[in-house]
Amino acid sequence: MMDVGRHPRIELMTNAVLEDVTGYVGNFKARIRKKPRYVDEDQCTTCGDCVAVCPVVVPDEFQMGLSSRRAIYIPFPQAVPSAYVVSAEDCLGRNPIACGKCIESCEKKCINFDQEDALIDIDIGAIIVATGMDIYDPTALDEYGYTRFVNVVTSLEFERLISTGGALGGHLGRPSDKKRPLRIGYVQCVGSRTQDPDRGNPYCSNICCMNSIKGAQYLIDNYPDTDVTIFYTDIRAFGKGFEELLMRTRGHGVRYLRGLPGEVREDPHSKNLWVTVENTTEKRLEKCEFDMLVLAVGAVPAVDTEFVRQMVSLSKSPGGFLKEAHAKLRPVDTPTKGVYIAGAAESPKDVRESVTQASAASSRASILLQKNHFAVEAITAVVYEEPCTRCGQCANVCPYGAIAWEKKQIPQIISAACAGCGTCAAECKFGAIEMRHFSDQAIYAQIEAILEENCQEKIVTFACNWCSYAGADTAGLSRMAYPPHAFIIRTMCSGRVHPEFVWYAFQKGAPVVLVSGCHYVDCHYIDANRSTVRRIDGLWDKLIKMGIRPERLMLEWCSAAEGGRWQTIMQEAEKKRQSVTSEEIELTRAELSKVRVPRPRNPKPADENSAAQFHCHRCDQLWDGRFNVEWERICPNCRSNSVHWLRPSH
Amino acid sequence: MTKEELRIGVFVCDCGSNIAGVVDVDEVQRFAERLPDVVVAVRNKYTCSDPGQQEIQQTIFDHKLNRVVVASCSPASYEPIFRQCIQAAGLNPYLLEMANIREHCSWVTPDREAATPKALDIVRVAVARAKWLYPQDEEHIPVTDAALVIGGGVAGMQAALDLADAGHPVYLVEKKPSIGGIMAQLDKVYPDIECSI
Repeated sequence: MMDVGRHPRIELMTNAVLEDVTGYVGNFKARIRKKPRYVDEDQCTTCGDCVAVCPVVVPDEFQMGLSSRRAIYIPFPQAVPSAYVVSAEDCLGRNPIACGKCIESCEKKCINFDQEDALIDIDIGAIIVATGMDIYDPTALDEYGYTRFVNVVTSLEFERLISTGGALGGHLGRPSDKKRPLRIGYVQCVGSRTQDPDRGNPYCSNICCMNSIKGAQYLIDNYPDTDVTIFYTDIRAFGKGFEELLMRTRGHGVRYLRGLPGEVREDPHSKNLWVTVENTTEKRLEKCEFDMLVLAVGAVPAVDTEFVRQMVSLSKSPGGFLKEAHAKLRPVDTPTKGVYIAGAAESPKDVRESVTQASAASSRASILLQKNHFAVEAITAVVYEEPCTRCGQCANVCPYGAIAWEKKQIPQIISAACAGCGTCAAECKFGAIEMRHFSDQAIYAQIEAILEENCQEKIVTFACNWCSYAGADTAGLSRMAYPPHAFIIRTMCSGRVHPEFVWYAFQKGAPVVLVSGCHYVDCHYIDANRSTVRRIDGLWDKLIKMGIRPERLMLEWCSAAEGGRWQTIMQEAEKKRQSVTSEEIELTRAELSKVRVPRPRNPKPADENSAAQFHCHRCDQLWDGRFNVEWERICPNCRSNSVHWLRPSH
Repeated sequence: MTKEELRIGVFVCDCGSNIAGVVDVDEVQRFAERLPDVVVAVRNKYTCSDPGQQEIQQTIFDHKLNRVVVASCSPASYEPIFRQCIQAAGLNPYLLEMANIREHCSWVTPDREAATPKALDIVRVAVARAKWLYPQDEEHIPVTDAALVIGGGVAGMQAALDLADAGHPVYLVEKKPSIGGIMAQLDKVYPDIECSI
């Protein structure tokens, strides 16, 4: 901590909040509001004379409210910066007439109630979000009696009770009588791993098992006559040295009991706690008495994370923690270029994991910062002003927030932030967005060239650069033979495939059109291929309406490693192709020339998680399920992705 | 849109026997030569080799080519190399198109009778696309050498220190009056029961 405070290249701003972030990768501008400390950080010698005269006594938040502090205080002895601070909420009045005792007591005259908020504007190239986590508040779990029973504490409160610099000055005591507890119980999974939203979160909080085991070992080391029981569902001790520590505590007699307490009662006189629990390994009910009960509370996203998330347009995972750009390959990057994540803002983490991830994030940021400038591959989007109706649909679908748009304004592409997926161009109904190097004209020319001769023998195939095209390459590398009728048009992302391309291919006589891209988890453009599905849904709707067999439009996901899957897809496509007669092709051409290109199917918020019906266009399987835009659709019968979300009937 | 006359050169690669063993490469070369706007088609044993690349560059000069189609392998393997190659000959690197007649044709189509027509069509499609390629300039974005770290817990502190030690100026913003976060509230940390601060 001190290293941070004295590093010549770190400007530390405490008591400060982020007010605004604008700009883009390499060129962000941030505004920071530094709130007044009312104490000159550089002059304060932490003598403590001010504290002695301050008449205001309030709970000390650092000690989890287990002891008190004054209105002028130092958060903890090793605080950085090492200086006192006046809590504006607690102080009797910064008007010296009201109190001002501290001012008089300060020999160095470093207390100044005239300090005001300072707005600081900075230019930065990269941002690391390390907003951390909060802990779950277990008050809602009534059976544990937290807040009703004084000797039921959270794991963080226990930390402050046991700490050498803690609330009781280094002597372990329980809250009710400050006496040393001889029987301590730990309850695991408090607020974690539950499907009931009123009782916490579905995820495992990662740190609580080891934290309780650590507490047990600490008790063994310092208070060896303490009886420790840990109530658990599963013990998750999977890290380096973790299992060893678990075994050490077992060897020292810590009791691990599988089963979570069903009820906790307090003895009104002794304030001891009676725990009723089903021991699930021995299949019997037990009642145990404890002097103190520690709730191993889970982690929840920090409130500030959501605030920062919205400011720099990041995505969140289902639990509310920040979502990485790619779980496997880019775990500290975010969808917004130049913004990285470190620590528990991304998921619950212990100190070691947080440090590791922080080093990774700084390394990623360093790659960017060490350059004076970087080149953007010339595959980005360009807006044509004339056909643009300023509707802003492009900005809505951009996974990177790379399109700046305001009502009635021409959208502006931020090239530095654009990754070139092309889903904006595919969304535009007016042909107002062009992709450099992957232009509409080039794609139409490819479709025409494929179908120029013997069109009934050609399968027009769109393959994304990263997965499907690479999957076809893998099939080649592995010499997996397949029928020779498919011709690939490479796009950066399947999200580039405009419904008009598919329509045009059918108009030009394609018997079968295949659109292929990355599996949902692999999408190299965050979630651009979700838009592909919306568009294909719309196309299927229309084909059915017009009496054209929807199975002639295939949708399949294929990863770069799935050469075998590509071979199968090719064989399937060939089967489809053979089923299409030249009469059918002619009929389709005639039909399609009459109607307009269908628009993408846009789910409404109400559709999310609602009951829905799905139809597999490969094997005709029909089934009921729930609609979720983030779930990759796959036929339970044949594993095809040509799964049509049937329009809900109202 | 450019008004200049299209002058496309097609370079058909044997890739040893990888392509030529299955595809009638001579036929591909003759077919390419007859396509509209193609002014020259050349067959190489290994287009990616130094002599192969030199031949591309020489042909660009000799025939004043303004689009280049390389009919060989996947762009995943050699597009960067051929882009550099034509750039060295004075062409914008975005004027290159690759026709993948190896991974997507010769390696997956053992039947020679089927492989050659497929290769012809793949080349036809690549030439059609090449006509719609334009020179593109890569935008150069300046980078401000400074980072903002939001949050002064253990992750934020470590990130700030690493970046600062690497020589970058860092702004570390913390809402509370002291850095340290939850870590500072812990007495010991697992698995070695060491001090947290």
